[in-house]
Amino acid sequence: MRLTLRIWRQRGPEEPGAMTEYQVDGIVPEMSFLEMLDQLNEHLILSGEEPVAFDHDCREGICGACGMVINGQAHGPERTTTCQLHMRHFSDGDTIDVEPWRAAAFPVVKDLVVDRSAFDRIIGSGGYVTVPTGSAPEAHATPVPKPVADTAFEHAECIGCGACVAACPNGSAMLFTSAKVVHLNVLPQGAPERESRVLDMVETMDSEGFGGCTNTGECAVACPKGIPLTAISTMNREFLRAQLRGGRKG
Amino acid sequence: MAATGLIMLAYLLAHLLGNLKIFFGAGEFNAYAHWLHVIGEPFMHRDWVLWIVRVGLAASVVLHGVAAYQLSRRDLAARPQGYQHQRRRASYATRTMRWGGVILGLFVVWHLLDLTTLTVNENAEPGHPYENVVATFSTWYGNTIYITAMLALGFHIRHGFWSAAQTLGAGSPRRDRALKTAANALAAVLTCGFISIPIGVMTGVVS
Amino acid sequence: MSTAEASLAVEDGPGGYTEYTVGEPLVDTKAPPGPVEERWDRRRFEAKLVNPANRRGYTVIVVGTGLAGGAAGATLAEQGYHVVQFCYQDSPRRAHSIAAQGGINAAKNYRNDGDSVRRLFYDTVKGGDFRARESNVHRLAQVSVEIIDQCVAQGVPFAREYGGLLDTRSFGGVQVSRTFYARGQTGQQLLLGAYQALSRQIAAGNVEMHPRTEMLDLIVIDGRARGIVARDLVTGEISSHFADAVVLASGGYGNVFHLSTNAKNSNATAVWRAHRRGAHFANPCFTQIHPTCIPRSGDHQSKLTLMSESLRNDGRIWVPKAKGDTRPPNEIPEQERDYYLERIYPSFGNLVPRDIASRAAKNVCDEGRGVGPGGQGVYLDFADAIARLGRDAVEARYGNLFEMYQRITAEDPYRVPMRIYPAIHYTMGGLWVDYDLQTTVPGLFAIGEANFSDHGANRLGASALMQGLADGYFVLPATLGDYLARHPHSEVDPRHPAALAAEQEVTDRLNRLLASDGDRTPESFHRELGELLWDECGMARTESGLRKALDRIPALREEFWRRIKVPGSGQELNQSLEKANRVVDYLELAELMCLDALHRTESCGGHFREESQTPEGEAARRDEEFCYAAAWEFRGVGRPPVLHREELVFEYVHPTQRSYA
Repeated sequence: MRLTLRIWRQRGPEEPGAMTEYQVDGIVPEMSFLEMLDQLNEHLILSGEEPVAFDHDCREGICGACGMVINGQAHGPERTTTCQLHMRHFSDGDTIDVEPWRAAAFPVVKDLVVDRSAFDRIIGSGGYVTVPTGSAPEAHATPVPKPVADTAFEHAECIGCGACVAACPNGSAMLFTSAKVVHLNVLPQGAPERESRVLDMVETMDSEGFGGCTNTGECAVACPKGIPLTAISTMNREFLRAQLRGGRKG
Repeated sequence: MAATGLIMLAYLLAHLLGNLKIFFGAGEFNAYAHWLHVIGEPFMHRDWVLWIVRVGLAASVVLHGVAAYQLSRRDLAARPQGYQHQRRRASYATRTMRWGGVILGLFVVWHLLDLTTLTVNENAEPGHPYENVVATFSTWYGNTIYITAMLALGFHIRHGFWSAAQTLGAGSPRRDRALKTAANALAAVLTCGFISIPIGVMTGVVS
Repeated sequence: MSTAEASLAVEDGPGGYTEYTVGEPLVDTKAPPGPVEERWDRRRFEAKLVNPANRRGYTVIVVGTGLAGGAAGATLAEQGYHVVQFCYQDSPRRAHSIAAQGGINAAKNYRNDGDSVRRLFYDTVKGGDFRARESNVHRLAQVSVEIIDQCVAQGVPFAREYGGLLDTRSFGGVQVSRTFYARGQTGQQLLLGAYQALSRQIAAGNVEMHPRTEMLDLIVIDGRARGIVARDLVTGEISSHFADAVVLASGGYGNVFHLSTNAKNSNATAVWRAHRRGAHFANPCFTQIHPTCIPRSGDHQSKLTLMSESLRNDGRIWVPKAKGDTRPPNEIPEQERDYYLERIYPSFGNLVPRDIASRAAKNVCDEGRGVGPGGQGVYLDFADAIARLGRDAVEARYGNLFEMYQRITAEDPYRVPMRIYPAIHYTMGGLWVDYDLQTTVPGLFAIGEANFSDHGANRLGASALMQGLADGYFVLPATLGDYLARHPHSEVDPRHPAALAAEQEVTDRLNRLLASDGDRTPESFHRELGELLWDECGMARTESGLRKALDRIPALREEFWRRIKVPGSGQELNQSLEKANRVVDYLELAELMCLDALHRTESCGGHFREESQTPEGEAARRDEEFCYAAAWEFRGVGRPPVLHREELVFEYVHPTQRSYA
């Protein structure tokens, strides 16, 4: 296949950026999207140009490092991560627009690489169970009903890629935050910090400059791991409940 | 947004029920309009209830608008640089909440000037609400404004009701379908119900 | 000529070696004597403790945030130490432990099926083909039960049964059900648990986290590890960080093969630079090849994807009986298929251990009976399972794996057999450590896959997660305190000549990479090296092949410095520079791997020397000669290293030849 790529190039956070056009040839359908970019980069290096910077690591769809907006869709046309998108979903002669995640809370570092450390700060503000190593009770001391464990797992699957923020017209991080809130708040192990967790995490999320949720549902459509939109509603309920109960404890 | 939206939605349901009395003739409709002024008597003085409702609604409209403004500003600030490749995906109702809301706000102003204060209703006579309604819907612009606004209302409620449920934490995997159905039903009932009035006038069912 | 000049001169020339010298034997002096089950208790009791009030005064550097590093960083910070932690990823949550699918072993005996600490110990020593240290493995088995408690308390959503209790499953090579799992994402869930604990400490200010920062050298002062040189991958700034101890949790070196199931950026730089600074590297040739990966689809292939081993429970592996049979699989009649695992190993059939399944696949492909592009694949067929159990049952068991396979290959495994091929998956070798997980450089510790300790020559399924968390949560936090208590805190002069020299070396090397205006990319060298290693030091190794590789590698290294091209500058995010710098280390490490494989003329676990096999074609161990861990001492690039042997004594599990026929 022969393709035209229009890729956002930006040297650094403070530099202006622009869409730059490249032609790539010899693309085969079995290639992953990132392998196609690898090939472009090999050509760029040899011609003395700087290769396109993009985040990637496991290339198995689980680490959450990769992510780019392809033709206006976070992670491209398939509901998966960019690394698991294959070129068979494109046709010879296509023009493909490739842009970084766009959000004030995710400033561009270079080209398609953005800074997602705001997510780490949200988790650090309450996305954990306070249980110092060695202090844990015997694992079977607290049975957890299977449906509860399954709900927790379904929300714990989030890979922190940021596609939800990229896809949301408001740049909101509600799906990400709610996935962690629901994962921990439904479990008995997470119950003691249930109120403070949701209040602190929402406060941090707001202070990081993410937009508000208008329930457009775009986040859940883009999520490669299928985190359900109802996570947001559950988090809202947890938030209201925590407020009614007089806020943070301890 | 959710709380004020639901207050206004509840009001609209009552408002629609009241309005539909227009199909039972001028007597019944005008009596109903009169009753609105005397609700609660003798415990309440004339118009007290009406004014309480008006103040409540005005507060809801203002708070709803202010919250929408703040949310919009925050949302726009959260994405200072947009995508070069624009792509639309969310439903029409979802995408038009902002402009739909503005249209509805302007409509409310016109609606009050038209049928409450009668300022812009050329043929209006105080104390004859039935005749005033008929007068409004006897003009092409009255019908156009009203029907356009009611369509906007339908879309606004379609997304707004479900969204409010989400915001208030009422959504769950089990209830999601029911909430969406309820949102569509509410939107359909309110839009069709209100539009039936100008259509009634236009077709001569109401005259 | 000064020493620095000499070492540079060797780097310039091709160098190279096929010989080595033998140095003093290595002895682990930290494991206490006595019954194996009492050693860990005794070690903890004998360890000196650091007064909690004094812990804040100690700084510990942790490199890596996977299961081992994340767990260690969080735990040390909880104990009160000041932790400075590094990862090359943009977030500590992305370390490659996240990709582990299967599960984590623990001797809980919840099934009442006869499991015990002793049995897990036994299985691990045997599974490792008797090349691991008994004291370490026993401790691992002991600690395993605490890991599950810890993770459950953190909110790790393990699979549960309807009664609300934890579910377990059995895994390759063992007869008890001791593997805890969270669907096919156990590694992810365990890592997020550690990451969350670490995040809590970062937010509390107890851990100073440096994401997107890569360790490029170790600083050794007065014989002790006192810091690292690191490069900020965003700004390119090179800086030195000092501490009372340094912990390497930087993972394995499987990416030296270019194509592996490791993350693209996983690399050997941290351990290799530590090796160059005096940490001995043990058993580098012990690499694990996983039999069920998706085969490569062409030259563009950038990495390989693992399919869970559990597929072998219901899939049947076969190739056509005839060479070069290019018919579609469904058109090959039953009698023309060779279900070779079932034929050669009638009692274990498709469930033979990883190394055996991998080698058998290679053999049939070498015979020209492989399938798919390039003949590098075998079929894993579910037709019988679907006929027997129904499509729904198969979907319930393997649906997500089938979906992943279909996404990558565009073939429907419900209708067409899967194609699989072995791939490099894990490295048992690593930095030599004693019972305290300390390397031969005092103050330098290595945990998780970065060390060599617990898996011997072959790792059992679901044991990597166990070892990483054991080291990070429980072992290191206990042993590191002893070292710190014996080495009271002292400040390091940032202008110390050793620190300045290390920083200068790093800078010089990067500048040299940037200055070279050649005509080959870092990727092309990596690919060439990887193919060479896969051919000569992969699933089956021969003396002639290894000698060929040892001849080729120095030449490739020389060509690298002559022809490498790295665009851009060092003062920015420059992924080509990162890559090139890692390839430099692979080019040195690969040589040591081949030498280690050449010197070990026996076959054991993942190391198969064609010269050493039983009449049936199975790996033949030679205990009388090779019952030791080979720890290599660095003597300069291209210069023969020194071999230090650590004799392995088996007091409890007596070596036997494995048999799966």
